[in-house]
Amino acid sequence: MGNASSMLTQYDIEEVQEHCNYLCESSAVSQQEIVALYERFCQLDRSANGFISADEFLSIPEFSLNPLSQRLLKMVDGLNFTDFVAFLSAFSPKASIQHKIESIFRVHDIDGKGRVTLKDLLEVLRDLTGSFMSEEQRKVLCTPCSFNFFCHF
Amino acid sequence: MRLIKENLTLSSLSLSCSHDSRFHPRPLPRSVALALPRARLTMAGLGASITEADLDHPNIEEYLTAESIKEAPKRLHLRDLIDISPTLKEAAGAIVDDSFTRCFKSNFPEPWNWNIYLFPSWCLGVVIRYGILFPLRVVILALGWIVFFAAFLPVHFLLAGHNKWKRKVERKLVEMMCGVFVASWTGVVKYHGPRPSMRPQQVFVANHTSMIDFIILEQMTPFAVIMQKHPGWVGFIQKTILESLGCIWFNRTEAKDREVVARKLREHTQGADNNPLLIFPEGTCVNNQYTVMFKKGAFELGCAVCPIAIKYNKIFVDAFWNSKKQSFTMHLVRLMTSWAVVCDVWYLEPQYLRRGETPIEFAERVRDMIAARAGLKKVPWDGYLKYFRPSPKLTEKKQQIFAESVLERLDK
Repeated sequence: MGNASSMLTQYDIEEVQEHCNYLCESSAVSQQEIVALYERFCQLDRSANGFISADEFLSIPEFSLNPLSQRLLKMVDGLNFTDFVAFLSAFSPKASIQHKIESIFRVHDIDGKGRVTLKDLLEVLRDLTGSFMSEEQRKVLCTPCSFNFFCHF
Repeated sequence: MRLIKENLTLSSLSLSCSHDSRFHPRPLPRSVALALPRARLTMAGLGASITEADLDHPNIEEYLTAESIKEAPKRLHLRDLIDISPTLKEAAGAIVDDSFTRCFKSNFPEPWNWNIYLFPSWCLGVVIRYGILFPLRVVILALGWIVFFAAFLPVHFLLAGHNKWKRKVERKLVEMMCGVFVASWTGVVKYHGPRPSMRPQQVFVANHTSMIDFIILEQMTPFAVIMQKHPGWVGFIQKTILESLGCIWFNRTEAKDREVVARKLREHTQGADNNPLLIFPEGTCVNNQYTVMFKKGAFELGCAVCPIAIKYNKIFVDAFWNSKKQSFTMHLVRLMTSWAVVCDVWYLEPQYLRRGETPIEFAERVRDMIAARAGLKKVPWDGYLKYFRPSPKLTEKKQQIFAESVLERLDK
């Protein structure tokens, strides 16, 4: 536990829960989960800044190994606790489908322009396949994916 | 935290989707057929089943194989490209809990002083520990040091050269000093198994929780240990006293250091007169509930490996030294202001490299023995990941698996 106050009050918990409910229109995170996540947040936030830096995320080897870690880092770098819970709430079984798809959409649309373009798909595929697939092969895979599935949010 | 799998069908999605008129549907090449009306975007990967058991017994083979790739249907569907949920699930799982960080977590004992009558007894305990025991222990330690130096320095400087008698006296003095240390924390150490004998061609390996492991073992046998060079007063002691035992130093941050150290290790084990070599193959202090991967350096010296298992009882104090959080001095102070340090030491049967076994397999086998004896859980991570990032080769392996599975279906 860092030097930051590791005591969450009931008000704090409810505030975080409200924020998540507002974002995903359903109660995705229970109060107990928020308390457990807070413990984890304090464990990761070693410098006790109130947010987890990219470096602290990368110190989790399992996360570092993930091919999408750099993309995710752009999304999670410098998140305070409320946003941290909001980000992870998409992975809860109680989160709505809409929320989950939004999450995947945001990972693809990393620069936040509201659309997923061919370039974004190519970049994600590049992250996932690395040097084991040539650029032409990736283009062949992505080009037919006309964006019937990806929508404006 | 447990999350459960979920599925969804595309039909429910299409109602909330609005098509962007800028993108016109194009005729699809035959190689990548998208069965549009029947396509289902499965969110199966987005929920995860992360159980405690999974995290405590991860298997690196399990982790690196195609767990993230679903059972492949014959044709490539759009969902396989867009649905990055398995990878995302792994990343989120790692953020929520991961087995590596668990190895270095100091588990604080439950406070027991929360009651109206327990609290005063706890206060009394604090007064006794800090007011009576601690000063007493500091005095004992100081006296011990004085006696030690009074005897050691003359022997060390006056008896020049590699005098057998000199070495014997120095060993005995170091053993005595370690005994004083253990007494200064009221160490209750139970040794099981045959005492290590001074024979050539053998190394001792043990799991590592704190630098006091060395002191506890040294009390019984004059080991020569290989350790990281430390700054401050510890470094000073390393340079002056421990050199006489034949200890070897290494530097984690130097890349070429490895070969030099390997050579020194080999030379040491060949010498008949040298103290038995003690190695902590984990390379770093772990919290005595888990073991990280053993480095193979100790297992490729071509001699017998004698495992030692050390388990601390947390009843009075947690002996894990979290070197990022505390200096060694503060760690010692914490030990000296607790009631006692209780631990068990098991000397296990010497092991030899079997025919057809690689040093890495040998290391794993010995790790199994030590973990089983001391009741520790095994983790497939390298302890040095505390200081360095994982090698990109592991990420590349995952990328390779994904790419190959996609490409093989592309050709169909």
